[in-house]
Formats: sequence, C-alpha cells, structure tokens
Amino acid sequence: MLVNSFVSTPDLIRFLPEIILTIMGTFLMVMDPILQRRSSYAFGHLSLLALVGALGGSVYAYTEGGCSVPQSCPAFGGMLMVDGFATFFRVLVIVVGILTVLSSYRFLQREDAETSEYHALLLFSIAGQCLMAASNDLIMVFIGIEISSIASYVMAGYLRDDKRANEAALKYFLLGSFATAFFLYGVALIYGATGSINLSTVRGILMGPDVPSSVFIGLAAALMFVGLAFKVSASPFQIWAPDVYQGAPTPVAAFLSAGPKAAAFAVFLRIFMTAFEPMSASWQPWLFGISALLSMVIGNFAALLQSNVKRMLAYSSIAHAGYVMVALTARSEIGTSAAMFYLAAYAFMNVGAFAVVSHLSGKGERYQTVDDFAGLAQKQPLTAALLTIFMLSLIGVPLTGGFFGKFYIFKAALESHLVWLTVLGLLTSAVAAYYYLRILVMMYMHEPSKASSEVEPLSLGLGTALMIPAIGTLFLGIFPNWVLDFAVKSATLVK
Amino acid sequence: MQLWLIPLLPLAGFLINGVFGRRYSKSLVNAVAIGSVVLSFAWVVKTLLGVDLNTAHTEHYFTWIQSGTLSIGADFAVDRLTAVMLLVVTGIGSLIHIYAIGYMAHEGGYYRFFAYLNLFMFFMLVLVLGANYLVLFVGWEGVGLCSYLLIGFYFDKKIATNAGNKAFIVNRIGDFGFSLAMFYIVRNFGSLDFGTVFGQAAGKSEAVLTTIGLLLLVGACGKSAQLPLYVWLPDAMAGPTPVSALIHAATMVTAGVYMCARSFPIYVHAPDAMSAIAIVGIATAFFAATIGLAQNDIKKVFAYSTVSQLGYMFVGVGCGAFSAGIYHLMTHAFFKALLFLGSGSVIHALSGEQDMRNMGGLRKKIKWTFLVMMCAAVAIAGIPPFSGFFSKDAILLAAYAHAPWMYWLGTLTAGMTAFYVFRAMFMTFFGDYRGHQHPHESGPVMLIPLAILAVLSLAGGYLFKVPEFLRPFFVGVEEVPENFNLMIYSSLAGVAGIALAWLMYVAKLGMADSFAGSMKGLYTLVYNKYFVDEIYDAAVVKPLVGGSRLVLWKGMDAGFIDGMVNGAGARARNLGSVLRLMQSGNIRSYATWVLLGSLGVIAVIVGIASAGGIR
Repeated sequence: MLVNSFVSTPDLIRFLPEIILTIMGTFLMVMDPILQRRSSYAFGHLSLLALVGALGGSVYAYTEGGCSVPQSCPAFGGMLMVDGFATFFRVLVIVVGILTVLSSYRFLQREDAETSEYHALLLFSIAGQCLMAASNDLIMVFIGIEISSIASYVMAGYLRDDKRANEAALKYFLLGSFATAFFLYGVALIYGATGSINLSTVRGILMGPDVPSSVFIGLAAALMFVGLAFKVSASPFQIWAPDVYQGAPTPVAAFLSAGPKAAAFAVFLRIFMTAFEPMSASWQPWLFGISALLSMVIGNFAALLQSNVKRMLAYSSIAHAGYVMVALTARSEIGTSAAMFYLAAYAFMNVGAFAVVSHLSGKGERYQTVDDFAGLAQKQPLTAALLTIFMLSLIGVPLTGGFFGKFYIFKAALESHLVWLTVLGLLTSAVAAYYYLRILVMMYMHEPSKASSEVEPLSLGLGTALMIPAIGTLFLGIFPNWVLDFAVKSATLVK
Repeated sequence: MQLWLIPLLPLAGFLINGVFGRRYSKSLVNAVAIGSVVLSFAWVVKTLLGVDLNTAHTEHYFTWIQSGTLSIGADFAVDRLTAVMLLVVTGIGSLIHIYAIGYMAHEGGYYRFFAYLNLFMFFMLVLVLGANYLVLFVGWEGVGLCSYLLIGFYFDKKIATNAGNKAFIVNRIGDFGFSLAMFYIVRNFGSLDFGTVFGQAAGKSEAVLTTIGLLLLVGACGKSAQLPLYVWLPDAMAGPTPVSALIHAATMVTAGVYMCARSFPIYVHAPDAMSAIAIVGIATAFFAATIGLAQNDIKKVFAYSTVSQLGYMFVGVGCGAFSAGIYHLMTHAFFKALLFLGSGSVIHALSGEQDMRNMGGLRKKIKWTFLVMMCAAVAIAGIPPFSGFFSKDAILLAAYAHAPWMYWLGTLTAGMTAFYVFRAMFMTFFGDYRGHQHPHESGPVMLIPLAILAVLSLAGGYLFKVPEFLRPFFVGVEEVPENFNLMIYSSLAGVAGIALAWLMYVAKLGMADSFAGSMKGLYTLVYNKYFVDEIYDAAVVKPLVGGSRLVLWKGMDAGFIDGMVNGAGARARNLGSVLRLMQSGNIRSYATWVLLGSLGVIAVIVGIASAGGIR
C-alpha cells in the first residue's frame, strides 16, 4: 500500500488514464528542447502513445479495477465513480483525442507550428474530460471542467498570429469563465442546502424525509444548467460556438466540438440523473425540452445560411447538441443510453467532417467555403466518399450511426410522451438535410475549384483520421448493438 | 433460400464499377452492370419457383437492434406481394439497364451512371424484401439518395442539380411522416416486424391505427409524388431518360403504393385513413392530368402522366382494392417505362430535342419507335383488351363501390389521359416534321427492350392476372363485383379522348390554338402548372429562408459577417468590419445573451418548482 491510507492501489488504478495523460503532458513540455531538432513528428508520436496508453488505462481501470460488475466502483472515497458510464465517456474522449492528433500532424507542419505545447495542452484537456466523465462529486466536476476548459481556451488561440484564432480564444475564455461562475454558484447553493457535494449523497438527501426547499434546489439546478449548457453549446447559451469553431484551427475546432461536449454531457447526465432526479420531474421536461427545441431550430436554420463550412458545422453542432438535449429531456434510462450512443456517433461523424475541411483548406486555412468543395470528387474520390459518409450520417440516413442515434433519441422522447418535441425535432432535422447536401452537390456535381485542384494527397495520419471515423460511423449504423448494449447497461448505473 | 443474394448482386456491381469502373472498358462496365441485374432477376425467378408463396418466407440474418423489449432484425421476407414487386423491379430493371447501354453510349461518366443505377437496384430490392419497417426504410432512404444522384447526373445542367435538391428535400418531408409513423408503431406495438404488427393490428384502437395510417400516407405522398408533395417529380425528369423510366416511373415512385398495400392490415381497420388515401389519389390523378393537357416537353407530359397514374394506384389502395392498385403498378411499369424509353429514343433520334413543337411526322423516320410507343399509348389510354384497361378498370370499379363521384372523376381523368397521351403521339409522329435535325432510328440494343415492353404493355394485363394471384394475400378484403356498364363508360372515355386528340392535332390543326386562345386565362393557368412551384416558393421557401436570415442571422449571429448574402464582392470589405467588430461590443453583447438566458432558465425552474411547492 502507498503512503496514505486515503489512497489505495485500486484508487490509483481507477485513476490511471488521468495519471498517464498528466505525466505524459508534463513530460512532453520537458522534452521540448531535446526533441525539437530531431523529428518534427516526435511530439505527435509521443502524444499518440500517451493517448493509446490512456485508452488501455481506461479499459484496465474498468476490467481489472473490479468495476465491470454492474455496481458502483468508487475511488478516492466516492469522489470518482469509475463505472461503465465513466469508462464509456473516457474511451470516447480519448478516441476523439487520438483522431485529433492524427489529423493535426499535417496541419501543424503546414502551419509551421509544431510545438510540444499543442500536444501537452491536448493531453491536459483530455485528462480534464476523463475526470469529468468519472467524477461523482461537484468539486471534482468543477476541477475537471476547469482543466479541460483552460487547456482548450489556449488551443483555440493556438495560432498566435491569426487574428481570428485570437478572437476565438478571447471570446471562448471570457464567456466560458462567465458561464463556469454560474456553475460554481450552483455548487455552492447545493452545499448550502444539503451539506454535501457528493452526487449520491445529494440524491439520498433529496429523497429523504428532510427535503430542502424545492425552490432553492431548483435555483441551484438552474445555475448548474447554465454552466453546462454553455459547455455543450445548447441554446440559449450557444452564442459563442460559431465564432469559436470558425476562428479556432480546424483540428482544434473538431476536438472542441466533440470532446469537451461529450464530457460536459456526461456531467449533465450524471448530475441531473443522479442528484436532481428525485426533484426534477416537474421542471426538467420544460427546461430541457425548450432548450433542445431552441438549439435544433437555431442550429439548423442558421446553418442554412452559412457559406463558410466551419461555421456551418458549428451551427450544425448546436443542432446536434439539441438532439442530445431531447434525449436528456426524456429523463429515462433509455434517454440516457440514447444520448450516449448519439454522442459516440456524433464524435465520429463530426471529427471526420472537420478533418476533411482541414485537409481541403490548405495553408493558412484559406479555403473554407462551400464553393471550395466543388469538384473534390474528381480530384480525390476517396476523400469525397468519406466526407459523403459523414454528411449522410449527419443528415441521419439509415445505415449510418447518425440515423440510429436519432432513432433512439426520438424513440426515447416518444416513450416519455414528448410528442411535441419529437414532431418538432424531426421537422427541424428534415430541414438539416439541405445544408449538408449542398456540400455533396458541390463535391460531385461541379467542376473542380481552385481549392480542390490544389489539394495535396492524403497523408497517412489524416487518412487514418478519416478512415477510423468512417468505419466507426458505418459500424454504428450497421451493428449498433455493440455500443448500444454497453450504453444501456451503463445507463442504469447513473443513479 | 438465399434471399440476400437478390440485392447483393447489384450491390457487387455497384462496388466493382464504382471502384474500378474508371479503368474498365465500356463493354466490361456493361457486363458487370447488366450482368448483376440480370443474374438478380434470374435468382428471383429461381427463388419464386422454389418457394411456397402461401405463407411468408422470412430469413433472419442478424439482430440489428436490441433495445429493451424492442428487437429489430435484418430480415428479408418473400410473399405474394413481394413476388410481384421483385419481378417488376428486376425484370423492368434488366430491360432498362440494357436499353441504357445504347442510350448512354456517348455520355461522359459512363461507369458512374451504371454504378449509381446498380446501387439504386440494391436499395430498391432491400425496400421490397424488407420484413420490417426499418429495413424497408433503409431501402426507402437509399433509393431517394440514388434518385438524387441520378437526377443530378448531368451536373453541367444547373436545372439538373436544382431538381435533385428539390427531390431530396421534398422527400425529407415525406420521410418525416414515415419516421413518425415508425415511432408510433414502436410505441403501440413494441415492434416493427410486419408479422407482429399486422397480427396485433385488429386489437388496437381505431384512433391509433388512423394516426399511423395517415403518417404513413405522408411518407407515401413524398415518395410517390402525390398532392401536395408531387412537385419534385416533374423536375426530376432533368435526369437521363433511362433514369426517368426506371426510377421515376416504374419502380421507386411506386414504393409509396407498395408500402400502403403492405400495411393493409393497418388500413382495413382505419377507414378514415383509407378514405384519405383515396381522396389524395383521385385529386392527384385529376389535377396532374389537367396539367398534362398543356405541356409541350415530351418528358414533362409523361411526368405529369406518371403523377396522375400514381394517383390512380392510390385510389385503388384507398378504396380497398389493394390488389388492383398493385395490378396498375405493374401494368403502369410496363407502359410508362415504354413511353419514357420510347421518348428517349425520339430524343436520341433528334439529338436531344424534347420540345414536341419541333417534332412531327416522325412515324416514317423512326418507324419502330413509333410502333412500340403506340402499343404503350393504347395501353395507358385504357383501350380493351390492352394491359392498362384491366388494371384501370379494376380500380374504377372499386372507386364506384366506395363513392360513385370518384368513379366519374376517375373516368373523366381516363379520358384526359387518353387525350394528352395521343396528343403527344400525334404531335410527335404525325403531320409534318417541324425540326431541323436529321432523325435516325436507334440501334437494336435500345429497340429490343422496347419491343419486349411493347408486348408486355399489350398483353401484360392478360398474361399476369395479379388480382387473382394476390387474392390469398389480401385476406379479409372485400371484393367488388364486376360491372359491365361501368367498364363500357371508362373505355368510351378513353376512345373519346383519342378521338378529340385526333381532331385537334391531326384533322383540324388550327383547332388547338384557337381553343387555347379562346380560353386564354385557363390555358395560361394550366400551362404554368397552376403556379404551384411559385406559390410554394412564396409561401414556404421565401419566408423560411427570409425568416431565418432576419431572426437568426441579423439578430443573433453578428460575429463574423458571412459573405453569402452580399456575394463575393462584399467579402473583402467585411474582413475589415470583422476586425472592427471584434473587440468592441461583441463580447459584451454575447455576455448579455448569456445573462438573459440564465435569467430565463432560473425563471423556468424556480417558477415551476415554486408552483409545485404551493400545490
């Protein structure tokens, strides 16, 4: 046993992914002067190694840490809960990280910006997200959010000389801090009302005989909702997303739209399904339902008008956050598992789509408009075919993960008698087909643009970063059971 | 029984041609594309000969979804209804593929065309074979996608890409109905399996079944181009003619009819939903036929005719004559595919001319095309004893039993159908040649499929007695007695239509123009298709886009100025304004948004929570 009776070996095993990521992140920064001259890819390789290690660590923590049995598997005195739910999201954010690194190789070389910080920040951010996924304690949640966010603020402004990136980072930081403050007030209120910050304990108190004032708890829930809805870019707190995604370097935008969002949804589910569940029946359908509807409407309709693909994908990501909010509105285990499945499918298709944008945009990210995609199918049939898979999945065409994601979500909503939300949600998603389709039309039915004529051959890293999500998207569409089974099993744990 | 082989063969054709086709010679592309479809047809025949069709034969491949009590398999099934559809799809599909060799010989992107066409066959066969709504939906969406790809095949034509977009988006509205129907079925039946759902249908309340039936109808209206969602089909004719024949006449657009007929156990317990089908059908049949009266583009005439004939099929289904609807689906596949392919042969002969005002007198120059198209024309006009007569008669009989006014409107439509088809025939093949091309007859690779279709158009109604074949399938559906008088009336309507067309376009040539001139207002209205596209544009598209722009773009999204609105010229100027906007008020205004949002959230939760506290 180790130094302190508080920290036991199982605790450390359950904390393995965060440990690996943090050590490797620090190590990368230390190695910077040594590796800088050797190989331009060394940092990427190291961070890939760290992520694969963390992936193994997450699985190990789940299987060997005694957590595979469907029961609670707390670490550090219940501050963490390394159950199937946590493992699902840990694996998800780490895979997003791997894809980000793979698609960053060529990007960093092209922009002449290969430094260790980029990868270190990425690893720290993912460590924070892993912590968010596993935390069962409001302070842990807060620390996780901050680790993840601060690193991602810097990543958004990573290209120092790019004015847009600067603007993006500044907006992201100021508004993000603003929103996190709301969250923290919510935590304080909960502590004041219940005397605890442990989610399971809070749940127990809310179910017990001495229930605190429902208005007080409601206020706390509202404040936390603000902070988390900001992180997932759900309406009415979506305002920052288009500017940040468009301004940030494209691989970072891909990362931001998938990783932090998934982790924040994990926290959302954990807090609202565990702690507030006993008291949320009256307001959750309204609050989440309205937020979901607004997100879907604003995301899909505003995306119709965009000519910049990054900005269009940003709005589409708001709409997709809306779909997941529909699953949360359902307030059921089916809803939870539907949200988990959707986030996995969404991560694949969205990261893949952004990776293609990054590939096409060229040095300085000059080519980002829909018109720039013209004729890509003639110049690079494979890239175009892969983007087609992602777009079809984003539309929600059968045999892709996006279709089943939507299917489960709206099924869950209907089973919770949310007819209005199902009908309106399906209607807005019908609108969405239009703006994704525009890109397909451009790629297949127009003569090559300057951008597609100049596009360089797919590098190994980027090719892999496109193949994995494409295979994942199809796999989730054709054999959804593999992931869904796990999600359904894990969803019962969030209580 | 290896049912999976039926769709898999075209899929293999798609993959081979899609991946390697660019490097293959044309004959190799042909061999792969045609071979896969013909083999698929052969396998269908072999399967159907070796199976007892009195019970549904289901093959379960794997469990697709298992979530709670809901279990959906990747299942294929074959029964009598599927048998008819399989034969139509693969049979007509094979003929059209062969025809396309000749038609597309000089087009660019040859391999791509056949790859898409094979992919379409794959999805269409999945649609037909699926043993539950979800597998059907896979095919349903897939054929829509292929239709979109093939409509936009001539991508140098801007019209073609726009038409493709329109088709896809209008179909999304239909899919919205279909998806909702599936969710309602899951919720009420706990399954999407045809067997399970239909087995329980009798025990459910009529309200539930009517809701499901109406939602399915929304889906069918999109795919099968019925009012008010028919607008995409006429535009879809911008695609190559074999595509118009295969997808937009013979197979895909009939998927809605198939789906409604497939769901008959739901519909027989939901009479209101059935009436809705019948009314939508008869309204579409009549409305589209009137538009067909005044079109000058030969493909547009047949496009509106397709919409109209699909309306007939819906009348059949809606009046409870499911087998008559499917019967007409089959005969229509014969004669309408032939009309399209024949008009393709005409267009081919005239090097791309589609306007009938520049045709005329072609019957001597392209004799074979004329003869085969004449076979199709008499069939669609409902002249006994050709195929269209049998199926149309069966539908009209059922309509009379349902509501006599439907019969009379249907008969009037039959007269108009005969008129506009023969108007097209007379304008194209009779009189003097008005164009400047040198017409040349198509080669045998195009004429042989036409000849086969001509035989089917003439004798298909007699050779394939679909209603008798399907009688054991549609159990519990009442039959309508024969009525000799009604048969006579509807045939007479057809003859009258032909006679009128002869009078106006052959015997007294100036009559059509003076007729149009004397009813100028009405003629303009019909000629412009009742301005429906313009109305939709003004009533739906413009407010939607304008509203989004006004509210979402101006109101909420002033961060980076998007160049789209002011065009490329404005972009350079905007770059400056981006930088100017950056630091100043923007972040503050965003923070205000966040604050307002937070107040809203707090108000909702606290409001509801305190109201609950009082209660």
